[in-house]
Amino acid sequence: MSEAAYNFAYLDEATKRMIRRALLKGLAIPGYQVPFASREMPMPYGWGTGGVQVTAACLTPEDCLKVIDQGADDTTNAVSIRKFFERTAGVATTEHTAEASVIQTRHRIPEQALTEGQILVYQVPIPEPLRFLEPRESETRRMHALEEYGLMHVKLYEDIARHGAIATSYAYPVKVEGRYVMDPSPIPKFDNPKLGGNAAIQLFGAGREQRIYALPPYTQVVSLDFEDHPFEPSKADHDCDLCGAAQSYLDEVITDDRGGRMFICSDTDFCASRRADGLRGRLSPEEAA
Amino acid sequence: MYVATKGGERAIEAAHQWLAEARRGDPAVPELSIAQIREQMTLAVNRVMAEGSLYDPDLAALAIKQARGDLIEAIFLIRAYRTTLPRFGGALPVETDEMAVTRRISATFKDVPGGQVLGPTFDYTHRLLDFALMADGDAPQAARKPAETQPVPHILQLLDRDGLMEPLTQGEATPPDLTREPLEMPADRPLRLQALARGDEGFVLSMAYSTQRGYGRTHAFVGELRIGTCAVEMEIPELGFAVEIGEIELTECETVNQFTGSKTEPAQFTRGYGLVMGQSERKAISMSLVDRALRWDELGEENTGAPAQDAEFVLYHCDNIQATGFLEHIKLPHYVDFQSELELIRKLRRDAGAETCKEAAE
Amino acid sequence: MDHAEILAGGFDDPAAQSARAFRACLEAMARPGRIQPITGAAPPAPISPAAGAVLLTLVDTTTPLYLAPSQDTQATRQWIAFHCGAPIVPAEEAAFALGAWGALQPVSRFAIGTADYPDRAATLIVEMPGATPPSARLAGPGIETCHEACLPEIAAFAANRTQFPLGFDCYFSAGSQLWALPRSTNVEAL
Ligand SMILES: [Zn+2]
Repeated sequence: MSEAAYNFAYLDEATKRMIRRALLKGLAIPGYQVPFASREMPMPYGWGTGGVQVTAACLTPEDCLKVIDQGADDTTNAVSIRKFFERTAGVATTEHTAEASVIQTRHRIPEQALTEGQILVYQVPIPEPLRFLEPRESETRRMHALEEYGLMHVKLYEDIARHGAIATSYAYPVKVEGRYVMDPSPIPKFDNPKLGGNAAIQLFGAGREQRIYALPPYTQVVSLDFEDHPFEPSKADHDCDLCGAAQSYLDEVITDDRGGRMFICSDTDFCASRRADGLRGRLSPEEAA
Repeated sequence: MYVATKGGERAIEAAHQWLAEARRGDPAVPELSIAQIREQMTLAVNRVMAEGSLYDPDLAALAIKQARGDLIEAIFLIRAYRTTLPRFGGALPVETDEMAVTRRISATFKDVPGGQVLGPTFDYTHRLLDFALMADGDAPQAARKPAETQPVPHILQLLDRDGLMEPLTQGEATPPDLTREPLEMPADRPLRLQALARGDEGFVLSMAYSTQRGYGRTHAFVGELRIGTCAVEMEIPELGFAVEIGEIELTECETVNQFTGSKTEPAQFTRGYGLVMGQSERKAISMSLVDRALRWDELGEENTGAPAQDAEFVLYHCDNIQATGFLEHIKLPHYVDFQSELELIRKLRRDAGAETCKEAAE
Repeated sequence: MDHAEILAGGFDDPAAQSARAFRACLEAMARPGRIQPITGAAPPAPISPAAGAVLLTLVDTTTPLYLAPSQDTQATRQWIAFHCGAPIVPAEEAAFALGAWGALQPVSRFAIGTADYPDRAATLIVEMPGATPPSARLAGPGIETCHEACLPEIAAFAANRTQFPLGFDCYFSAGSQLWALPRSTNVEAL
């Protein structure tokens, strides 16, 4: 790819304007999915094209970009997207949550609380929370228009009848400002409480499905539940084996073929910062740091 | 310390180097030129142009080379390139009536004005491997007759004249463009045709085949299939008239299908339509069958629940670039989601176990 | 207005300047009532630099624009035609509208979207004499508790809020200052 042949942040200005208009309408109607004419990107659909288009439409030359996948900065797809913007926009990049002005993410919300002035861009595979209950777009659009969310409650309730609990552990649906039911992207439900009342702007891009939606800062976001079965964010019942964090979301890593395993923070920056501060976990002795 | 995902950047680079080496294959074998692919893999080039929605044989050939012959990957390269191109304007509709045909057949009439032209077809060849092609040989020469200079009329016009065909309606509006506007349901016919023209040949073929096997049957005959070149013209505002900006090869198929009509209106044949860039007749015929099946509503037919009658199903799933991307994305790490599923299933089993113990104790 | 003046006043570096201007638009819409500086445009009077930057950033040949009488001059039309290319249309058909609050009346003419597509609603760019004094207390998405802002009136915006999720969305411009009021904000007089 010859960088000079492409516009700043890859997209042409007309495409950026189209995406920008969709983002603004998304902010004005929190949780509502705005259709947009998603473009073919030089990475495959399903690999973050929606997030990439949103990021491209938001970036300024002064921005500092962080890209994570599964909470980690060094997963292959995160590396690939970060490189794409280093080449096409020439922006500074970082792995530190606090230093970033724009964070593109797949499947996680950073552990460290975000601040005003930060933008969190989510990559979304299936933006329609009702899609697995009703495959037809024409139907789900009507359901949102009429605020007809009974089907979703029936599904969650059937879970309870069958399993004794709501059997959705990620992409757990939320209701935004008491109006639209929204898919938070496939983040673990552990992250759901961070969606609401967040100081940062949260933008969601679904490229293949051609939808953009948004949560302004401090928006009210409620995970769907029932009085007798309240929503519970959950994580592995362990501390991080590297940094000792008790309240972060953990990845389970299989260490041998005899059932050995360790639990480590999925947010690599969070874990590394804690270790840099001298905090230690079960399997991370002082000298190994 | 065990962290499997570290070193992503180095791994990606090494994989890409390996890919480049694998693409070239044995360096003792001469490298393929773009011209060789363009001239000798023409139908692959045509498919990449049609589904990539970009008429440029050289770029399509380059994409095929770069993609190691993986046509969907080549189509993807072309689509990603196409989307960055500036738009200078829209061409006038191409006049397929004026097509310089290299192939033109009708299954509905034995002979037709303008004649049947078989052209360079696989039809009636015996599918036997020609081992002579393994050796270099002289370029074969075909017998020639002078090119048809008169425009060749569309065969369905002949039926039209007698009022036997459903009349063509001239749309006024500029057709929508799904590469510039998000796909919206219900989709009208121009939008459906655009989606099908870019759609995956295999998908459209299977959908068309399903209608022949009874899932939304439309009783189709190939009224006319024609392949040839058409002039592309564009209005230049500064000039105030249209100028020819080039020629493209097209394949057009019009099917004659079973009737509409009622007690009050006399029966008429109905139409299905397919138009594809390049020589892609399997695709054009498939497209016209699926187009016809999708028209059930406007023609007052019953929705039998057949997949090919379901515009949402067909249009949302016919694009191989969308499909392959989403399909292959499940190769990406999903361990955060999977971890949350693990925790959930452990919890459910723990709760169920506690229940069972309690029951056993009681 | 001669040719040179029509050509002037756009972004010199469109990709970077429109990116910065968009971030101001984004922050403004995300945080109702909070004032954002926005620069880079020098449109002919009576269009403010802030409104000019919003036009350059969001408006183009695909977005029909309504020019209220207050901003509708030969010079502004020519500038918009050259820099944005937006078709000038009646209020009912507009995706964007530009004018002083009084000149935009009645605002009931503007598109508020449909139940299926509430996003198909107009964005009004309201030229204001200044960003002060605050006249309204705002609450809702984008606002932690409440925020005070200068609005040209209260009743119209309170009425707009009752239509949620339908409704128009507003930018307010004064000099190089920009603030916004989406349809989701609750408005009461101070
Ligand atoms: Zn840790």
